[in-house]
Amino acid sequence: MPILIQRPSDILPSEITPETVYRGRRSFIRAAAAAGLLGAAGLPLASGDARADTVRLFGVKKSPLSIDEKQTPYDVVTSYNNYYEFGTDKSDPAENAGRLKTAPWSIAVEGEVKKPKTFDLDELMKLAALEERVYRLRCVEGWSMVVPWAGYPLNELIKRVEPTGNAKYVEFVTLADPKQMPGVRSPVLDWPYVEGLRLDEAMHPLTLLTLGVYGQTLPNQNGAPVRVIIPWKYGFKSGKSLVKIRFVEKEPQTAWMRAGPSEYGFYSNVNPDVDHPRWSQATERRLGEIAKRKTLLFNGYGEQVASMYAGMDLKKFF
Amino acid sequence: MTSAVARDERPTRSLVARLRAPGMGVVRTVKGIVFVLALLPLARLVVGFWLDKLGANPIELITRSTGTWTLTFLLITLAVTPLRRLTGMHWLVRLRRMLGLFAFFYVCLHFTTYIWLDQFFDWPAIWKDILKRRFIWIGFSAFVLLIPLALTSNDWAVRKLGGAAWRRLHQLVYVIAICGVIHYWWLVKKDVTQPMIYAAVLACLLAFRLVRRRR
Repeated sequence: MPILIQRPSDILPSEITPETVYRGRRSFIRAAAAAGLLGAAGLPLASGDARADTVRLFGVKKSPLSIDEKQTPYDVVTSYNNYYEFGTDKSDPAENAGRLKTAPWSIAVEGEVKKPKTFDLDELMKLAALEERVYRLRCVEGWSMVVPWAGYPLNELIKRVEPTGNAKYVEFVTLADPKQMPGVRSPVLDWPYVEGLRLDEAMHPLTLLTLGVYGQTLPNQNGAPVRVIIPWKYGFKSGKSLVKIRFVEKEPQTAWMRAGPSEYGFYSNVNPDVDHPRWSQATERRLGEIAKRKTLLFNGYGEQVASMYAGMDLKKFF
Repeated sequence: MTSAVARDERPTRSLVARLRAPGMGVVRTVKGIVFVLALLPLARLVVGFWLDKLGANPIELITRSTGTWTLTFLLITLAVTPLRRLTGMHWLVRLRRMLGLFAFFYVCLHFTTYIWLDQFFDWPAIWKDILKRRFIWIGFSAFVLLIPLALTSNDWAVRKLGGAAWRRLHQLVYVIAICGVIHYWWLVKKDVTQPMIYAAVLACLLAFRLVRRRR
């Protein structure tokens, strides 16, 4: 009768599964089990890294205007987005924005300017030195992030087109292509998405023409290839995938003002004392945190921007 | 051959007849299956939270999910009577109490999430919120109205109240469901597709009752 039990010395070293492999296998099994469980329950599974479709940006300098707060992880920044052109769920943009063609791309800068010009993406990339700006981002819905954007002050571009004396406001028009953007086929908003700033707001050094995030070019769901970031205003003011910048004399009608004039004003400065008609703006949930934080006036940028609103009734001009 | 005939002395019941009047054991099994299925939404949240798979804003997802499951169970509960009438499967009524209690179970989770993870037991702030925000007060009203229904969902309460009074009390479920759908409608920022689906289903379920009463 053969002996089936092998003594330790009989086992060749090559037959022993290395620890890394069996540990890896175990975590693979755990991941597979979890995936099956979650998949069956209809939960979204982690999608691929958005970084795959982006390019590293070189020569991005640090900026003294950055804040020193814990940054929201890249996968959160690129998977939890409001970008209604791609759908109204937070996960829709990451899922649907892949087919957006961002090259070639250009922004037409026109209206009340002495030198109207269409800038292509290469020109925009080289227009001024790229800076990393770590900004707070506060959504009107009551959540917030801290994001390391890459770009340069919008005023660099504005100076080059020389606004006329009639230019009082700046209107941002973003891409609305139903072929590439499934959300545009439904009338959730009056497309294209239009946003606007007063000229002094647009000229403010914090207002960033943004070409990247986390040292890479922007993923589509974050508004590739070029967007604007106005850190003291609710996130929806910061238009994505810009195609046109117009200088105008009258206050622009923005997409959200048209959608709900009593709920969304032109200024939309972050303000804990001015509630959204349907919910409070006093607190916010920083993504990744359980407890809520107190929302700061002008999203914490009051020192730099409050003077622009001196004497204005912020409840009236919400 | 003969043994087969001997075993089947009763005339074979048609599938329809068996669906309409299943045996006690079948009903009990179905009830057990529905009970387990009704716990899946909770299991998904617990497992998802534990594995950190609820996305970037897990608390928002938990709040939404417990809320929509409350509405779903309310609608399923309200669908029992129309289903019985249309299919003749009157035994379905024996699932109704459990389904209604699951609606209450999920609204309790929903409310707890709000009190705990949204407001952190800041009672003055909660009270202010309830009074000030119309979507919160209508949701809160629906929750409060559901409490007596849950408390009287036992045989003892039916006996104590008497059938007619009990039925009248439980007609509150129509008001609760309407308030629940409005609550959802009012909180959505812009895209009301989801609340519209709930509203449409509720409208059908209520219309069924109106039409029947007319006739």
